[in-house]
Amino acid sequence: MTKPSCGCGDGPPAQSARSERQTGPAPLLSTTITWLDVLGAWRVRWGIGRMRYAVPWGLYRVGDPDSKSPVLVTANYKLTVDVVRRQLTGLDAWLLVLDTKGVNVWCAAGKGTFGTTELVRCVEAVDLAGVVEHRDLVVPQLGATGVAAHDVKNATGFSVHYGPVRACDIRDYLAAGMRSTQEMRRVTFGWKERAVLIPMEASGALKTAIVILVVLALLGLAHSRTVGWSLAADFAPFLAAMFAGVVLVPLFLPWLPSRVFAIKGAFVGALCVGAALILVPGGAVEMAGAALLGVAMASYLGMMFTGSTTFTNLAGVRLEVRRGLPPIVVAAVAGLALRVAAAFI
Amino acid sequence: MRYLLSGDSLVLDQERCTGCRRCLDVCPHAVFASADRKVAVANRGDCMQCGACRMNCPEGAIEVSTGVGCAAAVVSGLRRGRGGEARCDCG
Repeated sequence: MTKPSCGCGDGPPAQSARSERQTGPAPLLSTTITWLDVLGAWRVRWGIGRMRYAVPWGLYRVGDPDSKSPVLVTANYKLTVDVVRRQLTGLDAWLLVLDTKGVNVWCAAGKGTFGTTELVRCVEAVDLAGVVEHRDLVVPQLGATGVAAHDVKNATGFSVHYGPVRACDIRDYLAAGMRSTQEMRRVTFGWKERAVLIPMEASGALKTAIVILVVLALLGLAHSRTVGWSLAADFAPFLAAMFAGVVLVPLFLPWLPSRVFAIKGAFVGALCVGAALILVPGGAVEMAGAALLGVAMASYLGMMFTGSTTFTNLAGVRLEVRRGLPPIVVAAVAGLALRVAAAFI
Repeated sequence: MRYLLSGDSLVLDQERCTGCRRCLDVCPHAVFASADRKVAVANRGDCMQCGACRMNCPEGAIEVSTGVGCAAAVVSGLRRGRGGEARCDCG
């Protein structure tokens, strides 16, 4: 079985930790997506079993490839393989699936698991030089963070050609004689690409959300000794903050003020928490506490979205965390103190 | 969209550049442009410091400090007390 890949970022994996390999002659890979694949994609988008969603590494056939057919390289995250194979309908090609421990190409390239060492290992393990006459590999452009084309050439004799960023451009890229247009090379982050990340953000915040709601319910009980409408007043600002950080930050990212994600989160957080407090008002101390805690939460959730984007960098995120985390923690502690105090006044 | 400190650490040594244009192929944000048979940094502010250019420069003409731009990784690094070293755990 494929093991979950944690402890990642530690360079190429040891042989003992290697994922399952498909055996025998290169199996045929279907280009049809079934309802099971759709269900699986939906599941991992919610973060359920995401680190165990892998296919065996190795060489696969698409269509009816021969020794002149192109060799496309990809990662063994099943969601990645599904996206690639459905774009290859009607093409004859070889698909070389690297063992990235079930992680997508870009993230695995960042960690080095989609990298020069692994690519060289796979080319040799499947005896690619004996399968095809040419010496060309089409590697997804986003794999370039982990692959040094000149080193692969030196080690295997195969030339790395960086293909398009998106699988939907593979067909045009091959038809153009392995040439990318400017558009094919650019990483985008449009609203659809951002929206698809929302379930994952929600599932990441879920555990904390449940803890907070339980604490609030207990505080509410301590205060009013009944479960009723007052619970809605207790929950509303926090659900609003959660909605702001998890849904609105990704959706409205380009239009929110500042480059700092914590500020973007605090901005939509203040709007949503404010609206919730107006709709379902409570006592003054309670509302002040809820406002502080809510805005702090939305700001933190906003900051957490940095890792899901396609344009942030580590030095900038370090700066943001160093400057942003202290005020978030202070606001959250102060808000919580007010909230607890309000329950016992 | 641009972020804080974008491209701050990117250094291109034009003396070493042979104009092979590999960096133009791999850059996801079109940071480089051809210039006088060599390459120049044209859009520094769009650079996310992913390191694809440095990795693929056969002449070693590009330097850039890389890492995952993820606050969750930075915060978890702080919590582990590894001097805030970011560590990517989520895949």
